[in-house]
Amino acid sequence: MPGNPDTTGLPVVSIRGLEKSFGALAVLRGIDLDVARGDVVSIIGSSGSGKTTLLRCINALETYDNGSIQLDGVEVQFRNDEAGRRQRRNEWELARLRAETGMVFQLFYLFPHLTALQNVMLGLRKVRKMEVAEAKSVATDWLSRVGLADKAGSLPSQLSGGQQQRVGIARAAAMGPKVLLLDEITSALDPELVGEVLAVVRKLADDGMTMLMVTHEMAFAREASSRIIFIDAGRVAVEGAPGEVFREQANDRLRSFLARVSHL
Amino acid sequence: MLYHLNFGLIWKNIGKLEWGLLLSLELAVVAIAIGVVIGLGLALIYEQSSRPVRALVSLYVEFIRNVPLLLLVYLVFYGIPTVVDIRYDGVTSFLATLSLYAGAYLVEIFRAGLAAVPRGLTDAGRAIGLTPLQGFIHVRLPTMFRVILPSLSNTFVSLFKDTSVASVLAVPELTYGAQWINFNTFRIVEVYAVVTPMYLIAGYGILGALRLLERRFAVS
Amino acid sequence: MFWSVIESLPFVWRGLLVTLGAAALTVSMSLVAGLLLGTIVTYAPWPARIPVRLFSDLIRGIPILVLIFFVYYGLPVTGLNLNNFAAGVLAITLFSTAQVVEITRGSLQSLHHGQMEAAKAIGLNFPQRLTYVIFPQAVRRFLPPWINSVTDAVKGTALLSLVGIVDLMLAIQQVIGRTYAPMPLYVLGALIYFVINYSLSSLSRRLEARYAYIKE
Ligand SMILES: Nc1ncnc2c1ncn2[C@@H]1O[C@H](COP(=O)(O)OP(=O)(O)OP(=O)(O)O)[C@@H](O)[C@H]1O
Ligand SMILES: [Mg+2]
Repeated sequence: MPGNPDTTGLPVVSIRGLEKSFGALAVLRGIDLDVARGDVVSIIGSSGSGKTTLLRCINALETYDNGSIQLDGVEVQFRNDEAGRRQRRNEWELARLRAETGMVFQLFYLFPHLTALQNVMLGLRKVRKMEVAEAKSVATDWLSRVGLADKAGSLPSQLSGGQQQRVGIARAAAMGPKVLLLDEITSALDPELVGEVLAVVRKLADDGMTMLMVTHEMAFAREASSRIIFIDAGRVAVEGAPGEVFREQANDRLRSFLARVSHL
Repeated sequence: MLYHLNFGLIWKNIGKLEWGLLLSLELAVVAIAIGVVIGLGLALIYEQSSRPVRALVSLYVEFIRNVPLLLLVYLVFYGIPTVVDIRYDGVTSFLATLSLYAGAYLVEIFRAGLAAVPRGLTDAGRAIGLTPLQGFIHVRLPTMFRVILPSLSNTFVSLFKDTSVASVLAVPELTYGAQWINFNTFRIVEVYAVVTPMYLIAGYGILGALRLLERRFAVS
Repeated sequence: MFWSVIESLPFVWRGLLVTLGAAALTVSMSLVAGLLLGTIVTYAPWPARIPVRLFSDLIRGIPILVLIFFVYYGLPVTGLNLNNFAAGVLAITLFSTAQVVEITRGSLQSLHHGQMEAAKAIGLNFPQRLTYVIFPQAVRRFLPPWINSVTDAVKGTALLSLVGIVDLMLAIQQVIGRTYAPMPLYVLGALIYFVINYSLSSLSRRLEARYAYIKE
C-alpha cells in the first residue's frame, strides 16, 4: 500500500489481551491476534461469540475495556497522557486512524443520497483531501475493479444487493486502508448474488490486500484465506491454516460448530 | 432595578387561577368532544362522497388550519353577529370557534385512522355475517380509535393550551386570571411563576394519564 | 363603508409587512438555534442534553400567548428593556425554536445508525459526518414538519397584536374600529393569512417531491 512505513515483518494488526464487556456480559475475554501484511484471516465462531465486536473494536466503532490493538505499531483507540494515564483518543485522532482501516458492513450502509461514484469519492475528497479530478479517477478505477464501471451514476436504490455490496467494498478499499475488515458481507444477500461479491473479495486477496473477515461461508473461508481463527468463549480457541483447522478439528467446540454450520 | 418577590398578593387571588384552570380544562373538553363529532362526521362524508363535496371538506380544513386562531375567535365573536342575527356571550362564541378549529385538525386525524384499518379486518366482519353498519360500529370504529388515540391525546393537550386565547374575550380562564392579577397587583413574575407550572402540570399530567389509557387499549 | 375599507388598505399593507418581518425574523433565528440544539439533543453526552431537553419541554408545555405575556411584561422586571416588537419576536422565537429542536431530533433519529457508522468507518470526523452524510439525508424528513412550524410561527405572530404591535391582526382591528365594518375586514385578513400559509404548504409538498429520490 502506498504511504505505509517500511515495517515489513511486523504485523499490520496486533491485538493483545483484548477484553470487552457489555454491562455484565463479557464478550471478549483476552483476544490475542496478529495479522501480517497480505494475510487474509477468516474469523469463524458461533452467533454471539463476539466476532462483530472484535472487528468494531479494531475500527474504533466500539471502545474496549482492556488490552491493546495496534495498527502498524500505533495504539488505535487509546494513548497515554502526560501523567501516563490511559486516555481515549479524541474525535479527530480517531477519525484519522479509522481512515487506515476499511470496514464493509453486512447491510452495506451505502449513502442513499449519493451515487455509486460519489459514495466512493466522499472519503477520498474529504479525508484524503484529493482534488475532484483525482478522486474521480481513483473512484472510477475502483468501481471498475469491482465490475461496476457502468453503474457509477446509479443511486444505491437502483442497484441490486450484490452490486450495493460491491460498491461498499470499493468505498472501503479505495481509501487504501492498511487492513480491510469484512463482517459477514454476503449474509444479507440472495444466494445467487453471493458469488459475485466473493469473487471481488477473492480478487482483492490475490492483489495482496490485507483482510480480516468474519464469514459463515466455510467453503469460501477454506479456499480464500491464509489463516482461520475460531473464536469461542471470548478467546481465540483454534488458529491455523485452513487445511489444518478443518482437517484436525482440534477441539470439541470447533467440531460441533463445524457440524452445525455444515448443515446450513 | 431591585425586585422583591412577593407571593402574598398571588395567594390572595389564587381562586382566580384555580377557577381559571378549571374553566380552561372544561373548554378543552367540550371543544374536543364537539370536534370529534365534526371530525369523524366529515372524515366519513369525505370518504363516501363525490369530488365537489370532498373539495368543500378540504376547503374547511385548509381554511381553518391556515388562519390564526385569534383571528377566527374575533371573526366569530365580533364579525358574525354583524351579518347574522345572533347573540352569544364570550364563552359560547369561543367554544364554537375552538370546536370548529379542533374539528379541522381532527378530520385529518380520523381520515388517516380510517385509512389505517386493514381491509381484511372489515372483510372478516362481513364474513361472520355483520351488516355494514354493525361492521362499522363493532370492527372499524374501535380499531380506528385505537390507532388514533395518541393523536387524540396530543390534540386535547394542545387545545387546552389554545384556551388561553379565550382571554381576549374576557373569558375568565387561566391566562385571563393571570393577566387580571398582573394588571391589578403588578406581581408579574410571581403570577407567571405560579401559572406556568399550572399549565405544565395540568398539560403533562393529562398527557401522562392519557398515555396510560392508550396503553390499556393498545393494539397488541 | 366600502370606500373607507379601500382607503384603509395601505394601513393593512403596512401591518402585513410587520407580520412578514416578525415571521421572517422568528423563522430564521429559530431555524439556526433549533438545528443547533436539536443536534445537541441527539448526539451530545447527557450533561449537554438535559438542559436542552428541559428548555424544549418547558416551552412546549405552556401556551404561546402565556410565553408572549411573560416575556413582554416580565423582561422589564429583570432590568432588560426591549421594545415590544423585540420582546414579542423573542417570545415566538423561543416557541418556534423548541419546535425546531423536536423536528431536528426526530429527523436525525429516523436515520439508520448504520449511516453514522459507515461515515465513521471511512474516517470522516463528526462535523464532516453531519455535513456530508447525515444532514443531506435528514432534510427530507425535516422539511414537511418544519414548514408546518413555519406556518405555526406566522399564525403565532397574530398574538403579537395583544402586546400592541401593529401587525396585520392589529391593523385590521384598528381599521374595524374606524370603519365599523368587521366582517369584510376579518375575511380580508383571513384570506391574507390563508394565502401566505397555503403557499408555504404547497412549497413544502414540492420540496418533498424534490427529495423523494433518497430511498433508504
Ligand atoms: N451494543 C451492544 N450492547 C449490548 N450487547 C451487545 C452490543 N453489541 C453486541 N452485544 C452482545 O455481545 C455479544 C457478541 O455480539 P457480536 O455481534 O459481536 O456477535 P457475533 O459473533 O458477531 O454474532 P453473529 O454471528 O450473530 O453476528 C452478543 O451476545 C450481543 O448480544
Ligand atoms: Mg456479527
